[in-house]
Amino acid sequence: MKTNVLNQLKSKAIWVVFALLFIGFALANPRFLSSSNLFTIARQVSMYGIASIGMTFVILIAGIDLSTGSVITIVNIVCAYLMVNSGFSMAAAVICSLLMATLIGVLNGFLVSTIGIPAIIATFATQIVFEGAAYLLSGGTPVYGFDERFKVIGQGYLGPIPVPVIIMICCFAIGAFILNKTYFGRYFYAVGGNEEASKLSGIRVGAVKYLIYALSGLFAGLAGIVMLSRTNSAQPTAGKGYEFDVITCVVLGGVSVSGGYGKISNVVAGVLIIGILTNGMVLLNVSTYMQMVVKGIVLALAVGFDCLQQKRASK
Amino acid sequence: MNEEYILQLQHIRKEYSGVIALKDVSLELKKGEILALIGENGAGKSTLIKTCSGAVIPTSGKIIINGREFTSMSPQLAAENGIAIIYQEFNNVKGLSAAENLFLGNPIKKGILVDKKAMEKEAEKAFAQLNIKINPKTLAGDLTVGYQQMVEIAKAIMQDAKVLIMDEPSAPLTSAEVESMFKVCELLKSKGVSIIYISHRLEEIYRLSDRIVVLRDGEYIKTLITKDSHIDELIHLMVGRDLKESYPPRKACIKEDEIVLELRNVCGNGDKDINLKLRKGEVLGLGGLVGAGRTELAQMVFGVVRKTSGKIIFNGKEIDPKTPREAIDCGIALVPEDRKRHGVLLGISVKNNINMPIYNKISRASVINSKKEQENAKKYKDDLLIKTPTLNQLVKNLSGGNQQKVILGKWLAANSELIIFDEPTRGIDVGAKFEIYKLMNDLVEQGKTILLISSEMEELMGMSDRIIVLSEGQITGELKKQEFKQDSIMRLASAVKEVKNEN
Repeated sequence: MKTNVLNQLKSKAIWVVFALLFIGFALANPRFLSSSNLFTIARQVSMYGIASIGMTFVILIAGIDLSTGSVITIVNIVCAYLMVNSGFSMAAAVICSLLMATLIGVLNGFLVSTIGIPAIIATFATQIVFEGAAYLLSGGTPVYGFDERFKVIGQGYLGPIPVPVIIMICCFAIGAFILNKTYFGRYFYAVGGNEEASKLSGIRVGAVKYLIYALSGLFAGLAGIVMLSRTNSAQPTAGKGYEFDVITCVVLGGVSVSGGYGKISNVVAGVLIIGILTNGMVLLNVSTYMQMVVKGIVLALAVGFDCLQQKRASK
Repeated sequence: MNEEYILQLQHIRKEYSGVIALKDVSLELKKGEILALIGENGAGKSTLIKTCSGAVIPTSGKIIINGREFTSMSPQLAAENGIAIIYQEFNNVKGLSAAENLFLGNPIKKGILVDKKAMEKEAEKAFAQLNIKINPKTLAGDLTVGYQQMVEIAKAIMQDAKVLIMDEPSAPLTSAEVESMFKVCELLKSKGVSIIYISHRLEEIYRLSDRIVVLRDGEYIKTLITKDSHIDELIHLMVGRDLKESYPPRKACIKEDEIVLELRNVCGNGDKDINLKLRKGEVLGLGGLVGAGRTELAQMVFGVVRKTSGKIIFNGKEIDPKTPREAIDCGIALVPEDRKRHGVLLGISVKNNINMPIYNKISRASVINSKKEQENAKKYKDDLLIKTPTLNQLVKNLSGGNQQKVILGKWLAANSELIIFDEPTRGIDVGAKFEIYKLMNDLVEQGKTILLISSEMEELMGMSDRIIVLSEGQITGELKKQEFKQDSIMRLASAVKEVKNEN
């Protein structure tokens, strides 16, 4: 019984951390609690949140996707290019760029699953390739001048709630649904827990990997669309370094880097923590470089905690 | 003490948390003799030699080397006292030259630099001493397995080993390589080096050894003078235990004219020309020593590894499963040898494990029908008497026997017709074993068919309707129920049908 309570507490620990951080920032700077600031945080985290769904799946199978930032960038550029220079309708441009993001994910799946390149190298390579491609396509200059209606995705409100927040909540719901209700979700946990045993239980592990990397691309692409609408111009550096924050969110949310364990609900907490951490540090006038130092330490702590637990469990 | 002996093991006992691996084993090795150590799988040979290297600390007993007494060894002590072990897996670095491997961890230096020239010269001498021709500059990875082994032996001799322990040294070698290894062994013997030689190839033991020590089930059985003993006596000593365990009886349920599985000249994965027929309701035992190619055969039937030639005929139709999924869809199931690594998914629930192969079938538009999922799991939990507090319990919290039942539940849920059991009771306690046997009986009585791979002679004889024995990837014989005898199975298992092909 006692260990049960302890385990309960452990699984909620991330929410406790969130609450402490929240209270701490609120005490340190009264502006933190203002409704406009809270909405800013909500809008900021929406992109992390959306991209973190795909990353959660990837890390669940003990993989990694370093191409997330580049996918966001190239979706920005391509979607903007299609709308501004190619005369695509808004919907067509969005669908085409999401399709492309998914295909980049499929490419990652091919490199990891069919060719057998370690995920960290395969997605590192695609990161570089598509970062370069985005520059080539844009000529290094921003693309802008979209239809006013396009702004709704990133800047609009539905009642009092920002549209990107609604998109994020939908994405979390879809993510949780996939993990808990569909058979793919069961496969994700199985493959993450033990690839060989999964294969011997009749799971087509290769196909599962393709699916997961494709979904990671798709969700990153969606985050890219939200970003494009929010900033209203496509920058060739739009998503640079984004994968770092997204990975931190997911790992903070307790998804084990060795695979097989993790819950979407806790990833939500991880996303919120990174959100308020970033925002709070800005309010407290912490320099960008100091922010990097802090975030790097947070990532190391989160992964370290997970690894220590794994080590203890294996003893 | 006795001057004649270089190494004596006295009353060695080893327990692992209540399980006795070695029970009062004594052994004496004379100077300049080749002593063969034989026994079935699990007889305790490896544990015994590991006490000499320090890899295993005996619970009690003495190790006497050249008159010096020890209660346990460490790798360093072993080296200092001239004991070297040649394991089946070589300790070499493939990217370094033969000479550098010879001096691995202890290189000849010139100042702070490594003196390659001097090492190569020394290596040349060391190889010449053993009459072997190896260019010291060749990378270890480019040497054949036989030569890699020679490098290991040369290293041991260079470090002044007086006792050389060789664990199944001939297993990876071609017959020509075995010949040259023998020559090296005899040369070493003439120089006064003592050798403990472990092998299951009995004819090798008769060619090479002076005396033979037989172990069985962790106990010392007898020492024989090789030239005065006969192979029948040897086999009898290895397997001659009294059969005391009883096996649950089962009704006659074999359908003579319904062939479920037929293999015709199946080759691949180390196996050659496997021909067998398995009838509905039958338990066919596959006997043989570890490494005989039984698991490898199961892997081909189950689609883990593809056969290279031959035919697999399942229920009258030829199949060629490329993945386990395809085999499962045909109705074939595998309960693998390594339960924790290959059998169950430890980190997920009993319910999820049981439904894993059929999730795609109990889902609609990818969404799982959770009622069916629950019902399925409940049915097999009840049918197989899986002891678990809830269906949501993680499988890693169950006992070995219950984990095995979860695997079985999974395959019954998938409606498998042929179930391959690979060492189904390994690491399972006696009570649970009996339950597994009863379940196997239930299965064949319900019209399922079983292929049973087991290294436990008693289990194999107790459960099978028929036994086919493999050795080195080939079938060496078939025994009907009335012909079951430990001696005959052992003889077939250690038989070498023909000389291995040269590389």
